[in-house]
Amino acid sequence: MSAATATELARRLRARLGASAVVTDEAARRTYECDGLAHYRTVPALVVLPESAEQVRTVVRECHEAGVPWVARGSGTGLSGGALPHADGVLIVTSRMRRILSIDLANGRAVVEPGVINLAISRAVADDGWFYAPDPSSQSVCSIGGNVAENSGGAKCVKYGFTVHHVTGLELCTSEGELIRIGSWLAADAPGYDLTGLVVGSEGTLGIVTKVVVRLLRRPEQVTTLLAGFPSMAEAGAATSALVAAGLVPAAVEMMDALAISAAEQAVACRYPEGAGAVLIVELDGPAVEVAEEEWTVREVFADCGAIEVRRAVDEAERAEIWKGRKSAFAAVGRISRNYIVQDGVIPRTSLASVLASIDELARAAGIRVANVFHAGDGNLHPLVLYDETVPGELDAALSVSGAILDLCLAHGGSITGEHGVGVDKMAKMPRMFSADDLQTMQLLRCAFDPPGLANPGKIFPTPRLCGEPPRPRSAESAPGIHQGIEIW
Amino acid sequence: MVTNAASLVRPADVAGVVDVVRSAGAAGPVGRTLTIQGAGTKAAWGGSLTAVDIVLSTTGLTGVVAHEPGDRVVTVRSGTPLRELQETLAAAGQRLCVESGYDDATIGGVLASGEAGPLRLRYGSGRDLLIGVEFVRADGVVARSGGRVVKNVAGYDLGRLLCGSFGTVGVITTATFRLHPRPAASAWVVAAGVRKDALLSPGGLPPGGLADGAGTRERAAIAVLADIATMVPSAVEGNLDGPDDAGEVAVLVEGSPAGVAARARTVQALMADQLAGVDVAVVAQPPSWWGRYPFGDGDIGLKLALPVTAVPVVLATLHERFSALLTVRGSLGSGVLYAGLPATVDVRLLTDALADVRAWLAGTGGSVVVVTAPPSIRDGLDLWGEVAGLSLMRRLKAQFDPAGRFTAGRFVGGL
Ligand SMILES: Cc1cc2nc3c(=O)[nH]c(=O)nc-3n(C[C@H](O)[C@H](O)[C@H](O)COP(=O)(O)OP(=O)(O)OC[C@H]3O[C@@H](n4cnc5c(N)ncnc54)[C@H](O)[C@@H]3O)c2cc1C
Repeated sequence: MSAATATELARRLRARLGASAVVTDEAARRTYECDGLAHYRTVPALVVLPESAEQVRTVVRECHEAGVPWVARGSGTGLSGGALPHADGVLIVTSRMRRILSIDLANGRAVVEPGVINLAISRAVADDGWFYAPDPSSQSVCSIGGNVAENSGGAKCVKYGFTVHHVTGLELCTSEGELIRIGSWLAADAPGYDLTGLVVGSEGTLGIVTKVVVRLLRRPEQVTTLLAGFPSMAEAGAATSALVAAGLVPAAVEMMDALAISAAEQAVACRYPEGAGAVLIVELDGPAVEVAEEEWTVREVFADCGAIEVRRAVDEAERAEIWKGRKSAFAAVGRISRNYIVQDGVIPRTSLASVLASIDELARAAGIRVANVFHAGDGNLHPLVLYDETVPGELDAALSVSGAILDLCLAHGGSITGEHGVGVDKMAKMPRMFSADDLQTMQLLRCAFDPPGLANPGKIFPTPRLCGEPPRPRSAESAPGIHQGIEIW
Repeated sequence: MVTNAASLVRPADVAGVVDVVRSAGAAGPVGRTLTIQGAGTKAAWGGSLTAVDIVLSTTGLTGVVAHEPGDRVVTVRSGTPLRELQETLAAAGQRLCVESGYDDATIGGVLASGEAGPLRLRYGSGRDLLIGVEFVRADGVVARSGGRVVKNVAGYDLGRLLCGSFGTVGVITTATFRLHPRPAASAWVVAAGVRKDALLSPGGLPPGGLADGAGTRERAAIAVLADIATMVPSAVEGNLDGPDDAGEVAVLVEGSPAGVAARARTVQALMADQLAGVDVAVVAQPPSWWGRYPFGDGDIGLKLALPVTAVPVVLATLHERFSALLTVRGSLGSGVLYAGLPATVDVRLLTDALADVRAWLAGTGGSVVVVTAPPSIRDGLDLWGEVAGLSLMRRLKAQFDPAGRFTAGRFVGGL
């Protein structure tokens, strides 16, 4: 958008939303130039901080009128560049929309604004013995709107599923500025297509979510957390497979390798078993009788697979102690390496051992260190590829190892992303996972929701599709800068 | 309803499906219309089809493509009967937590109609367990989304569009599911002879649920429900049929033998407490009505998808109108129930009841859908009620099937 358009848009939005809601100052805009994936940076033309769904609609309508693209942003913790701003667009930040609108325990639901922090929901109902299940490691800072856009998982999704399984309805502002309610809200199963299920995981490309209805669950009677040290990743991997084979569905099965352990040790002194080449954290939850039984099965599996030490958290403090090492692992790795890439790929659980061995070979061959800390229970790898940007050639080597890891995942029938999303980071890999027809079919969805192509354009798909003949031609024609869905800025 | 004039084709593989769909599109300037059918168990569900030239049967697309027990994942062709798949999985100690009310139902039909049985309380429905899908579009293009791993957020999840789409979007050809281990033990805690008024108020909840200022009685009732929830039942089903004292509530508990025994006892005690004076037994088999629709061929069938606190008032409203004619079964735990009425029921009474209940549910997200009814009745009824997001659904249909060739008329808004 031209400077004149930006100025005019800022003026109009200030008049409608108040001066403090519109950020034009260059230095202030720059603070929003990236999300958690800091090597992609773009300063947005304008930043807007609406306080309500109606204000979001106002912003989106103004953008539609002016043919200006926009990007939604929650807390900016995303790891695929999903919230990377558009240089000629508006960044709509939900951080002023943090109200929990209602809590209905009898129906097991809460209605919240999109900026609400994930953990705040569980906190609000904890005293009554309830919780919100999806628990990304970033849960103390990430927003529920971001979770919806990414279909975020967490440590406990092996058992509880992902965000999509815990959201029953949404209020959505479409790129044409219509606020619509979709889904079944306080009930289950709404008639018609599952619009809610389509919007969850769409990375902000189908509209901006202005209200989220989440399912609340009753806290389990018993939670048992076990920490086991193994000589190497091979034994820990075998133990993971053996847990599946034993018919267990633990709430969480998390794995860390020696490098990740030593980083966590240095950062938070988590005191994991000495000499362990790998640790597994297994959390069991449910009715007390069964959790106790399952604990014995897990201990047997651990012993059979050569565990060198097994610990059990007996209270909340000890549980937090065990999780501390795991939850701080990403940041901890920052202490042992100047830079690192967080990779996110998925493999079938039965391929765990062989893929981990191949990653090790890849790293050795490239002379690069890779720390593994991941959701073993569902085969979701998070290899952290370490490098030092001041050493010539290291970044390239790291990028190539990181890319090769995704190729490994694909070769084993897996996925290029388990929870961090495609964003801008993995667009180029999409054609490796999907055919041109698959990708074009996905674009049909986009064309139905966002005919003018203004919602987070340039994400997910390597080649944007032009939505020919949108059902309402008026919208495309009335938007200067947009012609038949073609972006011309 | 499918007219006799429609021709039935039964392709043996995906290429065959593509051929049928392509040639239908190429036939004359407007092409020919298709309806997609599995075993045909739900042929009488939904609205009347406006036109059908070809019935595309998926029953030639059968068999398991891949089953990796260690990954708890299966890929299966859409025409495979669900029952057959379950038998294959059972041999490996696993199951797909999706159920149909019909013995012969195929995987594709169960997904497309959004059927889910008692286990929905704990495991959701097909769309929650579907991790990958392949389908043929109206223009004959074969598309896939998702994959073969249990966790995956690459690209849009088109499986979500196909589940519950009643054949209006594409022909599902293969589906990949997440599986669960078969439980070592199961028990049903059954309360029979529950008085209707007690059943109409599960947990003793007041109609309309609890406001913030709910009193102690309501809080106590919620505590009981919550305590049952802590016992993690796999299903909480109700059956309301015939005379006043015939209501039943059955809770399915699954897990290890010792765990099931202990939890079943706890649930039994909680229910006995709650339904004072009623016999509550722990049994090894489900009641005969378990997982069965309360309507048969030629009846009127309703699907009530309600906030759980609305269940009592909605059932009471319907019962007041239809008394002994009404049969209700389904998941008290998740608020999704089915109601059956004979076709002889006064249609005006039904129209009024639908309008009243829908008005009462407005704003909650709850819905009442006429799942099936004889053609003479259904054509005069608003089958779906107000559908949230209908305009977006029309646009989706326009993108995926612009010529309206697939299963026209059966779905919401006449799609
Ligand atoms: C240390 C760390 C640990 C993490 N651990 C996990 C983990 O365990 N599991 C996991 O899944 N992820 C994890 N993440 C990734 C990240 O936290 C999640 O993707 C999270 O959901 C992003 O939320 P956010 O509010 O920060 O979103 P942002 O980064 O602001 O945005 C993410 C995407 O959501 C879109 N968006 C935001 N709000 C809306 C809205 N209201 N409507 C429509 N679209 C919107 C944006 O456009 C963007 O595409 C981790 C990140 C970090 C930094």
